[in-house]
Amino acid sequence: MKTIEPMARSGISPTRATAVSAVAAEGLACQRGGHIVVPPLSFEVRAGSALILRGPNGAGKTTLLRTIAGFLPPAAGRVRVSSPKGDASVEGHLHYIGHTNGIKPRLSVIENVSFWQRYYGGGGDPEAAEAALDAFDLLDLADYRAAHLSQGQTRRLGLARLLAARRAIWLLDEPSVSLDAASTRRLETAIADHLASGGIAIVSTHLDLSVGEAAILELSRAQVLQ
Amino acid sequence: MAELSEPQTMRTWRVSTLANPTAFMRLSGKLLPWLIAIMLVLFAAGLTVAFRAPPDYQQGETVKIMYVHVPAAWLSMGCYTIIALSSAGYLIWRHPLADVSAKAAAPIGAVFTLLALVTGSLWGKPMWGAYWVWDARLTSVLILFFLYLGLIALREAIDEPGRAGRAAAILALIGAVNIPIIKYSVNWWNTLHQPASVIRADGPAIAPSLLWPLLIMASAFTVLFVVLHLKAMRAEVLRRRCDAMIAVRVRGNAAQESAAGEAMSHV
Amino acid sequence: MNAFLALIERDLRLALRQGSAIGTALGFYLIAVSIIPLGLGPDLALLSRIAPGILWISFLLSAVLSVDALFQEDRDDGSLDALAIGPLPSELIAASKSLSHWLTTCLPLIIITPLAGLLLNIELDAVPKMVASLTAGTIGISFVAGAGAALTLGLRRGALLLPLLILPLFAPFLIFGVGAMADAPGAFVQSILFLLALSLFSIAAMPFAAALALRLSLE
Repeated sequence: MKTIEPMARSGISPTRATAVSAVAAEGLACQRGGHIVVPPLSFEVRAGSALILRGPNGAGKTTLLRTIAGFLPPAAGRVRVSSPKGDASVEGHLHYIGHTNGIKPRLSVIENVSFWQRYYGGGGDPEAAEAALDAFDLLDLADYRAAHLSQGQTRRLGLARLLAARRAIWLLDEPSVSLDAASTRRLETAIADHLASGGIAIVSTHLDLSVGEAAILELSRAQVLQ
Repeated sequence: MAELSEPQTMRTWRVSTLANPTAFMRLSGKLLPWLIAIMLVLFAAGLTVAFRAPPDYQQGETVKIMYVHVPAAWLSMGCYTIIALSSAGYLIWRHPLADVSAKAAAPIGAVFTLLALVTGSLWGKPMWGAYWVWDARLTSVLILFFLYLGLIALREAIDEPGRAGRAAAILALIGAVNIPIIKYSVNWWNTLHQPASVIRADGPAIAPSLLWPLLIMASAFTVLFVVLHLKAMRAEVLRRRCDAMIAVRVRGNAAQESAAGEAMSHV
Repeated sequence: MNAFLALIERDLRLALRQGSAIGTALGFYLIAVSIIPLGLGPDLALLSRIAPGILWISFLLSAVLSVDALFQEDRDDGSLDALAIGPLPSELIAASKSLSHWLTTCLPLIIITPLAGLLLNIELDAVPKMVASLTAGTIGISFVAGAGAALTLGLRRGALLLPLLILPLFAPFLIFGVGAMADAPGAFVQSILFLLALSLFSIAAMPFAAALALRLSLE
């Protein structure tokens, strides 16, 4: 089993983002609609590290992410989360951003983020919501209704909830689609900061997204490259 | 049935195959001829005794519709009980035969319910002068009919079989919990609107000479239900096997390649 | 608890921002009530006698048609995924949705019921009884409807299937809701008690069924 460790950094300990020290898939096979989509694989991602999923369409990247998130029951194996208190499940430690954004057009930009912040237990701190918007360059659009946003701006708003409430594990499915270069840099910065504070990121992407020295999992061949 | 040759690892995680229906198929295959024989005997006996029994002083010969109506009403309830138990079994233990049982029973129950409604209506016409009088029991059976239709419709509407089975199971349990409430409500409603002297749907107390034929006919219909249910379950098992074989034929080559290449997941 | 309130608050805000949603439900209710005298003739005595039944039936139809969207929008825009991995268990998510439905659909309909009753020449002292019976019973209806909406979530033909599934389950509510208006002694108290019991039972039981169904639809 390949263990993916933080590279070229030292002294990283799980700090505020985490009560999680690793996420591991053990013999995890993923199914959808009764058919095996991803044959069994195993990996472990330690705190402060990232895993990138690559593969052609239909290779099962989304299915794998949704299985880790707990939406789909695995066909075999399991997902294990290690924390200082012992083993746990992924519940309560996740952010999942799929192809859609979870944004309500009738609410304003700041209302959208504030809702997720409050819902995920981040308290009602307005400064944290504003900081999340600022990180994705949406702060001056804060009071506009989300309906007015462009596709790229909506995507950024969807990503902003990653920063509105701190959670250890980020599962991102094609996060940079419809983002321009500048916004992609902002996303990369957000991911880098998350990793630096001991978080974990598993990202599926076919675009260029640099998250430092991340391991790569090619899904049509189920090998961990690098 | 020829067994499919697959890598051993694949077989344990194929979620669409039945757990072990072979035992069920074998047992039911042996049981069915006996059950059919018993059923024919019971029907022969029941019908003979039924037609020899004296006509009711009030209702004449038409009371003999009761021999179909009452068992059909009993079975419509009994069938729903079976669906509810199967559904609970499926949700708790995920055993595929439980899903097969629930799926097979629904149309049969719907037909028995419809039979009860039609015979109830025909029986009522000479008695009350109308084909439908909204008495308590017929109304409850009518609502039960809609519950059956809902089960069948929900299963039809969902394409993915796993989700369809579980959704139908949830709906069946919701219905099962509601049936006593519905019956109580309909009874209350009926007494509210038709106080006192209403003719009970099954007439005055059944005389003993009518009781024995009724019991025999009820037993005959029960065995009929069991026969139909087993046959429907067998058909469903075969249907699922065909689907699984087609799936392997269509997707199997691709699945087998990736499985063979990457069944070992270590690098 | 904070998450539960946040979700209710969000759904209320969304419903208020889109006035047309509440307005459409109110409009449908009034049209349904109005169309019946067109079919029956303007016999005021008759209408007055059957007014409770007509009001309850129109209410049920309005409720059924408005619950379809309960989860659909959240599923389509990805909110349901994000809600599911949050701190609330699916049962509470379903309960919150049903409660929001009652607040944004049933409550406005209850408020407009006296006006609708006027169209049917309802007796004035029947109005408070009508409002009481609706208030006692419709909470349960929102919860039953929520379970139905969760079961048919995402199905293409769900809009027609949903009424078929849940209208039979509404029968006890309808029976006792109208029974509260009956002349028989004690009918009112007995009916209201039964409606409250039905509603409490639905609040307790339906979210579990809805949660199972929601998890199914996430797969």
